Amino acid sequence: MSDPGSVGIAFWILSAIVLISGLLVVSLKNIFHCALFLMLCLTGVAGIFILLHAEFLAAAQVLVYVGAVSVLMIFAVMLTSNLARKKIVQTNQNALVAFVSCVAFVVGALWLIKGTEVWKFATEALPANNTMTIGKLLMTEFMLPFEVVSVLLVAAMIGAIVLARGEEA
Amino acid sequence: MQYYLMLAALLFVIGLFGVITRRNTIGILMSLELMFNAANINLVAFNRYISGDGLTGQIFAIFIIVVAAAEATIGLAIVLLIYRNWRGIDTDSYSVMKW
Repeated sequence: MSDPGSVGIAFWILSAIVLISGLLVVSLKNIFHCALFLMLCLTGVAGIFILLHAEFLAAAQVLVYVGAVSVLMIFAVMLTSNLARKKIVQTNQNALVAFVSCVAFVVGALWLIKGTEVWKFATEALPANNTMTIGKLLMTEFMLPFEVVSVLLVAAMIGAIVLARGEEA
Repeated sequence: MQYYLMLAALLFVIGLFGVITRRNTIGILMSLELMFNAANINLVAFNRYISGDGLTGQIFAIFIIVVAAAEATIGLAIVLLIYRNWRGIDTDSYSVMKW
């Protein structure tokens, strides 16, 4: 993993996986296949995180996104969609306008990224023990955001239960 | 570094296209997840190449993951509720806000 050549090859393979499966997520007709390709895309993003030396984040990505969010999506798809109707149109009439504006956006963004020559690269390396450093930071410097986000999670959980419970309970 | 930013921009635009064009509400939520991931790639790439020591970008990415999980939970609960009331989750099937 240390020499630049293998990292480059891994980056191209992973970004091809991410982009192709992302395109399939937004373009496939069957919403269930979209959910499966979403899992593939999020796994590819986890690989990108590993390439960027964010091992804890990659593990969290696999656990939270691939494990929990995608399964939640698949549950919702199976509970709500009529999968027998394969020929249902999944896009609305905004497709052409959306395509034009998205192409304009991405051309502008790529031009900006390409044109910026003065990236001020850091010289020192990241801390070696990724997970330990993140844990220490969460318990010291980012204590308040950590607590706030746990309150947010509890609120979201209670809200989801109350919303999905229905009237009969 | 630039390649990571380009990948994130392309992924963000794919998600944006999905959000605009999808008719299914779950499809819109999936495209939202793609956009969240593009933002995360940007944060981690900047943390790796610009900030040097310190993991502030990765901490931010963790918070984004948590907020995205909460958003997905609430969103899918609302989708279930919509399906129960309207028997369909296409965005043009529930165009009334008050009944």
